[in-house]
Amino acid sequence: MLDWNILSYVTFLPLVGALLILVTGGKEEVAARNAKHVALWTTLATFAFSLLIWIGFDNSQAGFQFVEKTEWLGGGINYHMGVDGISMLFIILTTFLMPLCILASWNAITTRVREYMIAFLFMETLMIGVFCALDMVLFYLFFEAGLIPMFLIIGIWGGANRVYASFKFFLYTLIGSVLMLVAMITMYNIAGTTDIPTLMQTEFDSNLQLWLWLAFFASFAVKVPMWPVHTWLPDAHVQAPTAGSVILAGVLLKMGGYGLLRFSLPMFPEASEYFTPLVFALSVIAIIYTSLVALVQKDMKKLIAYSSVAHMGFITIGIFTFSQQGLEGSILQMISHGIVSGALFLCVGVVYDRLHTREISRYGGLVHNMPKYAVIFMFFTMATIGLPGTSGFVGEFLILVGAYQVSTWTAALATTGVILGAATVFGYTGVWFSVSSRRKTSKRCSMSIKEKSRFSCLSFSLPSG
Amino acid sequence: MVMPEFSIASAEIFLAIAAMALLMFGVYKKKDAFVPVSWLAVISLVVALILVLMGEGGSQVTFSNIFIVDSFAVFMKVLALGASAIAIIMCMDFNLREKMDRFEFPVLIVIATLGMMVMISASDLMSLYLGIELMSLSLYVTAAFRRDSTRATEAGLKYFVLGALSSGMLLYGCSLIYGFTGTTSFAGIANAVTGSEAGLGLLVGIVFLIAGLAFKVSAVPFHMWTPDVYEGVPTPVTAFFAAAPKIAGMALFIRAFIMPFGELVDQWQQIIVFVSIASMGLGAFAAINQKNIKRLMAYSSIGHIGYALVGLAAGTEAGVSGVLVYLTIYLVMNLGTFAIILSMRHKDGMVEDISELAGLGKNHPLMAFALMMFMFSLAGIPPLAGFFGKFYVFVAAIDAGLYPLAIIGLLTSVVGAFYYIRIVKIMYFDEAKEAFEPITKPLRVIMIVATIFTVFFVAYPTPLTEEAGAAASILFQ
Repeated sequence: MLDWNILSYVTFLPLVGALLILVTGGKEEVAARNAKHVALWTTLATFAFSLLIWIGFDNSQAGFQFVEKTEWLGGGINYHMGVDGISMLFIILTTFLMPLCILASWNAITTRVREYMIAFLFMETLMIGVFCALDMVLFYLFFEAGLIPMFLIIGIWGGANRVYASFKFFLYTLIGSVLMLVAMITMYNIAGTTDIPTLMQTEFDSNLQLWLWLAFFASFAVKVPMWPVHTWLPDAHVQAPTAGSVILAGVLLKMGGYGLLRFSLPMFPEASEYFTPLVFALSVIAIIYTSLVALVQKDMKKLIAYSSVAHMGFITIGIFTFSQQGLEGSILQMISHGIVSGALFLCVGVVYDRLHTREISRYGGLVHNMPKYAVIFMFFTMATIGLPGTSGFVGEFLILVGAYQVSTWTAALATTGVILGAATVFGYTGVWFSVSSRRKTSKRCSMSIKEKSRFSCLSFSLPSG
Repeated sequence: MVMPEFSIASAEIFLAIAAMALLMFGVYKKKDAFVPVSWLAVISLVVALILVLMGEGGSQVTFSNIFIVDSFAVFMKVLALGASAIAIIMCMDFNLREKMDRFEFPVLIVIATLGMMVMISASDLMSLYLGIELMSLSLYVTAAFRRDSTRATEAGLKYFVLGALSSGMLLYGCSLIYGFTGTTSFAGIANAVTGSEAGLGLLVGIVFLIAGLAFKVSAVPFHMWTPDVYEGVPTPVTAFFAAAPKIAGMALFIRAFIMPFGELVDQWQQIIVFVSIASMGLGAFAAINQKNIKRLMAYSSIGHIGYALVGLAAGTEAGVSGVLVYLTIYLVMNLGTFAIILSMRHKDGMVEDISELAGLGKNHPLMAFALMMFMFSLAGIPPLAGFFGKFYVFVAAIDAGLYPLAIIGLLTSVVGAFYYIRIVKIMYFDEAKEAFEPITKPLRVIMIVATIFTVFFVAYPTPLTEEAGAAASILFQ
């Protein structure tokens, strides 16, 4: 085990990069180029450091590792960091996606490049922090602070309707979080500390548990997002720049799932059991309803956004089965969805940069002009519907196995979502492989080296399930 | 006859003499007295601040027990003196430019600050009233300082009439309390009410006292003057009004309720809870549609007083300590924000429309960044300082079992976040407009220091929270 504070280094390294960009000035073009390079190398270094966590992680040991604890606010509120097997996976996911995001923005972002890179690096610090935090206040700090850079990323570099989307994102998430804050403060007053491992051992009165659970659920349900509070997601996804969508789908949504795993289940077990039917019902509705909605979408990003909601529905079902398979399946599905949906948004970004439209029908016959790209895209769409052999399959399968043991109806209804999801995606790839109706697409060049390397990175990770 | 212990009030005595000396200096200097008097006023305030800090520890009373100095008073006086000194620095450039460069202005601020210090140290209904009136009368004059502007005169008059009314209510409350307890000293009242239910007469007295104090801190339902006065008076005066008098008012609010009526917390708690909820709600909803930034800040200040009162409503040591942390952080954010509002200046004069901020992110990146931080911080988004202010008062409120208050308060903070982030949106998302004139040096320094405090408070919060905790604990001994 490493005895230096590696978690703090990994968490705050991106922030150092952001400060570096902040202090270096110069002409606009030079500064922009420097900013890109600094951001790329910082994120790569962070990824390398996070791999050290993976290497140093002792699988045979239960509990938290690489623990750091320092006095912070006093009164039982400390700066307490540590990782276990679950959070480590999310940290790697985050650090892995970040360099790709920077690359995806390389040419796509032309205005205020410095600020953009600073926002992304700041965002990375906060995301890693969320997964490392072992203190509720610290967790809340990282969790909430993420609103600031994401609000700016959507609002400044987003599409035409970006203001509406950014406000909706900000206010939806905030309203859920303040309820969580009330619950956190209540727990603090009862237990006298905000230390997460201690609170996991604390038994709360079962009546109180229900309220606390609901308050936490308010926050995580918005973040996941669950039906009916998912409506911010399609807007945010469509308006955000490509890299912003990747981070939203890849990491931010997972914070909700992670929160349920870290807080709701271990701290309020009775309440979690009590509310399982509610979660199942909401998840099943989400799966079926959003899959149907996805069927009629004309906008590519909106389609992915709605299918993300459906996928997250599977994840919440898996978490609340309380079974080994279900939980493992959810975690796998979260990681897989993080990579696959990220990859899909990058794919959309590639063609969007060329044609500046996201309308599916405009891309008829794309396979004739960009054959390699079409194959890659096909590959990821297969992964997203959970075709056997891809990582999507393993997670979904485990979740359904887990769900069958608990509630047959839930599993049966959720399975229809798999079929609907497949229908959606096939309808959409069908267009691509059709005969080109417009000449416009044919003029476009194939993928650049940078784009290719980006996807080959992602493809490697796919069969890992 | 026993001589009173003057040394305990050395800072106040110094400030009183300094104010008179400055007045003399200004009168005899005749021409161009504004700048030297301003700097001398700042120096006097700083000297008074040092004298306050040099005072002995513990709790000391003098002047027949009507004047008390304890760590709570020291904490609040430091804030009030600092805020006043910064306010004078912020005024100077503006006053010179707008031909308001009369030397009486800084002198009036010094006298108002003296009033605040008396308020903060009041341990008797007499000294309470004395301090309030000294401060208020100086503030009425500063509000109407620009004689030839109808807007300012109107605001000054409005402030004066409503302020006189509230003073009347306050005095009526004091006389009722005196009538039903037989004493004006806080300690005496505390003895008189110990263990017993408050009688109806005393309760009515407390209600009037709350009404008068609520007016001074502009809490709902006695807030009506705030938007008009904030908008009408010259901007540096607004900056001053939003800072130091609020601190002094809240200090008095806390002391006048915890010291004499600490045992009766159940009796006045519901009133404070109502005032707090109403202030937070009104501050959040009424600010949404504002177009003038000073008016917006007025509603914002109403909302923030609501949050500060959350801690007082708890009526516990943790609550008071939370209020102190809250006020300190609010003060810094507010001064920083006003430093930027004072820099909203085109070639042909000051502007106050929020829409004029459009494109600030392009034209003045540093200013825009600072204002963005203040806005997110005022909205209470972590990791900025404003979050911790809210956190501590809500911890106290929930500990006292005031769940509805905490939940409503936090929900209104979401509504409040809407108008704060609207300013960020205007600065960063909207098309650029004409750039402002460059920010002046003193304002720039104030802005940067406030930004650093707001952003980095998270890294080292303990000095403030510990000081506030120590100051709060002395009230509960």
